[in-house]
Amino acid sequence: MPAAVDPQVDQEVDELGKTDKPWQTVVWNDPVNLMSYVTYVFQKLFGYSREKATKLMLDVHHKGKAVVSSGSKDKVESDVKKLHAAGLWATMQKPS
Amino acid sequence: MLRGLVRQVEDMLRARADSAPKDELSELTGIRTGPSSAPDDPVLKRLLPDFYRLDEQAGPQERAEMAALRSLHEPELVDAKIGVAGVVLETLSPQGGEVRLSLEQADAWLSAINDVRLALGTALDVQEDMPDELPEDDPRAPHLAVYHWLTYMQESLVQAMAA
Repeated sequence: MPAAVDPQVDQEVDELGKTDKPWQTVVWNDPVNLMSYVTYVFQKLFGYSREKATKLMLDVHHKGKAVVSSGSKDKVESDVKKLHAAGLWATMQKPS
Repeated sequence: MLRGLVRQVEDMLRARADSAPKDELSELTGIRTGPSSAPDDPVLKRLLPDFYRLDEQAGPQERAEMAALRSLHEPELVDAKIGVAGVVLETLSPQGGEVRLSLEQADAWLSAINDVRLALGTALDVQEDMPDELPEDDPRAPHLAVYHWLTYMQESLVQAMAA
């Protein structure tokens, strides 16, 4: 079962320390994945509401990519791994 | 037909897993490592993506990290994809016809059908604005029809799961 995620990621950032920017999980648009499937995956993996999952999916679709989660390197690495298992094109990055 | 397609994807993944370098350390520790570089084959590459998206300016450390992440995580990813393929193959009835799935099996089907669509879509170089049909003499035409059929199947399954 996916863990419920606190959508207020900012709080997590503060816990990491002000000088430490969190890692980010990026999902990229691709022509194969269905919008409905991507939304479903976001809800299932991150526990996001349908509204939030849909918004993120639309960001990916229209902007080409979106940050779908952030946090420690370990957490983001694990998120990317799960997204790959679901067939999404995901990568991790640390904003400079 | 679904059985054949799922088997093909499974075969590709098994071949990739077999190509992983074997070393004594892995044998001793039991910690499996996979290949550290992305597959050359575009279909496998799409099924097993990189962890970073690097540009030409990326330095050796980033490249090394990316290689390490792949080597560490690829075996489980391949296992997961072979696993869901297995669920489809087990739950398909030999004569075809109606299939009944538990929620867990339906989830596996979603993932497995998505993998087949990724494989076919990559091979066909599917774009966002893909037409419904290609001209009859286009050799890709029958494969595109299969792709659209799988798209319809996956869409129906997602709608059923989301309800």
